[in-house]
Amino acid sequence: MMWTAILLAALGCYLLKLAGLSIPSRVLEHPLVHRIADLLPVALLAALVAVQVLADGPTLQVDARLAGLGAAFVALLLRAPFIVVVLVAAVTAAGLRLL
Amino acid sequence: MTASPDPVLPPGERSAIVRDGVAVGIATGAYGISFGAISVAAGLDVWQTCALSLLVFTGASQFALVGVVAAGGSPLSGAVTGLLLGTRNTLYGIRLAPLLGWRGWRRGAAAHLLIDESTAMAVTRETTAAARVGFLATGLAVFVLWNLATLGGALAGEALGDPRTYGLDAAVGGAFLALLWPRLKDRRNQLTAVLAAALVLTLVPVAPAGVPVLAAAVVALVVGVVSHATDPTEVPGRDDLPGGGEHQR
Repeated sequence: MMWTAILLAALGCYLLKLAGLSIPSRVLEHPLVHRIADLLPVALLAALVAVQVLADGPTLQVDARLAGLGAAFVALLLRAPFIVVVLVAAVTAAGLRLL
Repeated sequence: MTASPDPVLPPGERSAIVRDGVAVGIATGAYGISFGAISVAAGLDVWQTCALSLLVFTGASQFALVGVVAAGGSPLSGAVTGLLLGTRNTLYGIRLAPLLGWRGWRRGAAAHLLIDESTAMAVTRETTAAARVGFLATGLAVFVLWNLATLGGALAGEALGDPRTYGLDAAVGGAFLALLWPRLKDRRNQLTAVLAAALVLTLVPVAPAGVPVLAAAVVALVVGVVSHATDPTEVPGRDDLPGGGEHQR
């Protein structure tokens, strides 16, 4: 199941990249299609943030993960690089759990 | 791949572009470590983790797949979420195709390297020669270092044991926020993000794991239909990249 998912993602992501370089631009330049494709990553990434931080199976739970996200938010405001943002989130959550 | 038909690029400019590309590759590779560790923490093995970086090779989609699995979703719903995130590479390709001007097998090979970083380092160039050098140098540097870093991160993650002890579950949320961050400069994107988060949290208690995230795509659909503004943050700029802003002209 996992391997099927990995190969499906690999093939699909490659074809999406190739399509961009191959399809005549007018096909995908329809303003509505273009806007939706542009907004998809924003909506999905925001949804992934919410699920990662607040969902625990089928329940919502406020715990150390939210503090980790808050710390990541501050790090981003301070223009920290990606790896630092991720580390700050992890260390904050791990630290709180030690208390 | 490196044989460029137009020899107009001065050697000095060429090596400056290559240097910038390698700098971006090193900075991006560093976050491949976190992908490797997070993927193993989500329950994938080292081989599966490395296969994702080698074959999928687009960071947000890889994080999405392992993120959905970590949250208890099925691998297939993770893959579909990853595919939906991969659609932005299609937009990058449309923007870059006339500039890069590759055909046949070269285009087929270049497609695998079409990611945020290679796009940002190519899209602002004024000539095809400069765009190709920026695209290839960045794409290849990121590919090599991203994959090495993934392997290192996966091996380290396996050695660490329980991911919660080290806050790796919180790291995933931080990673997604960092990926989203450059797009949040735009007001409509902020609204989209808030609506998507609200919808997904409403659905978590009632829908099977993996489904709420996919449902957030509906928000993109609705906002896209309702609003008509263009998005200035659509294609990443060099400023948005780690290590990319240092040699700006």
